[in-house]
Amino acid sequence: MRPASTTFLAQAFVILASAMLAPAAPGQSPPAPPAPPSNLQAVDHPWDDGTSIDLAWTLSADDTPNIAPARVTGYVIRSRKDGASETIEVARTGPGETSIKIGDLEHGESYTFDIAAVGTGGAQSTAVAAAPIEPRRQIFNASRLPLMALLAVICGAIIAYIILARGGMKIHVRKIAGLQAVEEAVGRATEMGRPVLFVPGIQDMNEIMTIAGLIALGRVAKVAAEYDATLEVPTARSLVMAAARETVHAAFLAAGRPDSYNEELIYYVTDEQFGYVAYLTGHMVRAKPAACFYLGAFYAESLILAETGNAIGAIQIAGTAETAQLPFFVAACDYTLIGEEFYAASAYLSGEPDQLGSLKGQDVGKVIVIAFMIVGTIVATGAELTNPGSIFSRAYEFIMHTVLS
Amino acid sequence: MKRTIPLLITSVGGIILILSFFIPFAQEWGETVAVWFDILAGIAFILGGGNLLKTQLKKISDRKPGWGYAGVTVVAFLATLYVGIAKVGVPPNEQYPDKAWSGDYQAEGTPFWWAYEYGFRPLVATMFAMLAFYVASAAFRAFRAKNLEATLLLGTAFIILLGRTYAGVWLTSPLPDDSPLRLETFSDTIRDVFTTIGTRAIMIGVALGIASTSLKIILGVDRSYLGARE
Repeated sequence: MRPASTTFLAQAFVILASAMLAPAAPGQSPPAPPAPPSNLQAVDHPWDDGTSIDLAWTLSADDTPNIAPARVTGYVIRSRKDGASETIEVARTGPGETSIKIGDLEHGESYTFDIAAVGTGGAQSTAVAAAPIEPRRQIFNASRLPLMALLAVICGAIIAYIILARGGMKIHVRKIAGLQAVEEAVGRATEMGRPVLFVPGIQDMNEIMTIAGLIALGRVAKVAAEYDATLEVPTARSLVMAAARETVHAAFLAAGRPDSYNEELIYYVTDEQFGYVAYLTGHMVRAKPAACFYLGAFYAESLILAETGNAIGAIQIAGTAETAQLPFFVAACDYTLIGEEFYAASAYLSGEPDQLGSLKGQDVGKVIVIAFMIVGTIVATGAELTNPGSIFSRAYEFIMHTVLS
Repeated sequence: MKRTIPLLITSVGGIILILSFFIPFAQEWGETVAVWFDILAGIAFILGGGNLLKTQLKKISDRKPGWGYAGVTVVAFLATLYVGIAKVGVPPNEQYPDKAWSGDYQAEGTPFWWAYEYGFRPLVATMFAMLAFYVASAAFRAFRAKNLEATLLLGTAFIILLGRTYAGVWLTSPLPDDSPLRLETFSDTIRDVFTTIGTRAIMIGVALGIASTSLKIILGVDRSYLGARE
């Protein structure tokens, strides 16, 4: 015997299903579709990269916000690419809206847009089409103007400080423990008669982190040459191997020890992430380097490398701009260069005025960012506390949709 | 010349990539630069493959520690290269049934596919799975409550981990659904607010560092990666 509650649920389900599947009662015809919008105009979006079209239309005669109940719940916009067989929906707007920007279009293709009003119950009016249009790209993408201005100011500041530093301006740079420890690490390896291992990450030369790592390698190699330490650089990319060889060779020449340079210690292993890691961990356990440097782009392999280095008792200095890997390096390495410290390594270790000047220029960028953050916080708070039409709301909209878009 | 031409190529490539971001007409130029890099990296692979063989063969001939692994590497490298290039066991393409070489070397069931699926992938998965043990040992060391900062870190990690488990949800289930003290909500708050603040601060520094380093490379202020003067 079934429990009473189960029987009740079954009955309720049958009643509900019957109600849903039953044909509409005579006299209850579905609501009529609203009147269509009119005068749909499609124009190319100005100052963009040729992927957007602006649409404007006249409201449906039934789109009357002051009369309840509303007959129009919104508009549906569809597009058809020239030569395509089907029309696809690209956007929907609310009632009362008369324009929209359609993005993500293909430059060089012609599109035909149509629009229909959507009534209560989902009934759609007849569609109104605009003339075919092709998005055109302009000479400059204006949506990126704020970013360009910011970039110009920051780069201008960096160049200005480089020039000032060349002119003899004294530049103070705070001490970075991880970079001060480079000599200590290489010296320790020399004393112990063990090699220094430098891992420049797993990305290629088109990755700025790899280039920053190689620049730091040049400084580390110079110290290694001065101490007559053995420096080993296994790489995960062929081009990185070639560049690392040039870098280390130049460093040994600069240190006055060209005869100590051994090209065979800078070699290619594999492009495969975990194949590279497998080789490195095995090699570390066998060769037991006394100092390990991990400077470049790292992903899941960061902790495997750093923990292996920790297990063999090596002094470890790591640096990357991959924020997700920083906690692993912090947990397992003796010193970690966090974010911008990694990029500052080259300037810090070289001590050249040009390089130190570029660091000072970065500080100007930080001041600008801090100012933007304070202004942004005030504007967002003001927008939240004031009416939608207030100056704060308009400023907030401008920041969100123009500056940050 | 040895440094001037590479520096010129670097500067022109860098400037084109910047222009392609702001000027729509230059977008194709940026794509061309990227394609040229791919071609260069592809050719450089011959250099890398040659170096790999040379290094491993030298290890074997010198009987260095672990030379047996070098033997395995050489055999695996040459076998994979042969199977892939010679398209061993690859059926011809349906459109060109009379052309034995027209098939896809990666097609399902081919020896190359088999080596990848049943040789390479399990090995990679094994290495990745080992990460869990490394995480455990690193966490054990990092979360020791030796001072105030480490204790705070330990407490935060405890809340995050507990908030991700059924036990954590169950422990604070008597609290109202919208209570910020429910462990799953508290855990999300720590990740979405406190962690995000720290991460964004680092990312802003990284962005400025990238701008500065890129500028130094494009302008030729830092040329150490280009090697020695001739």
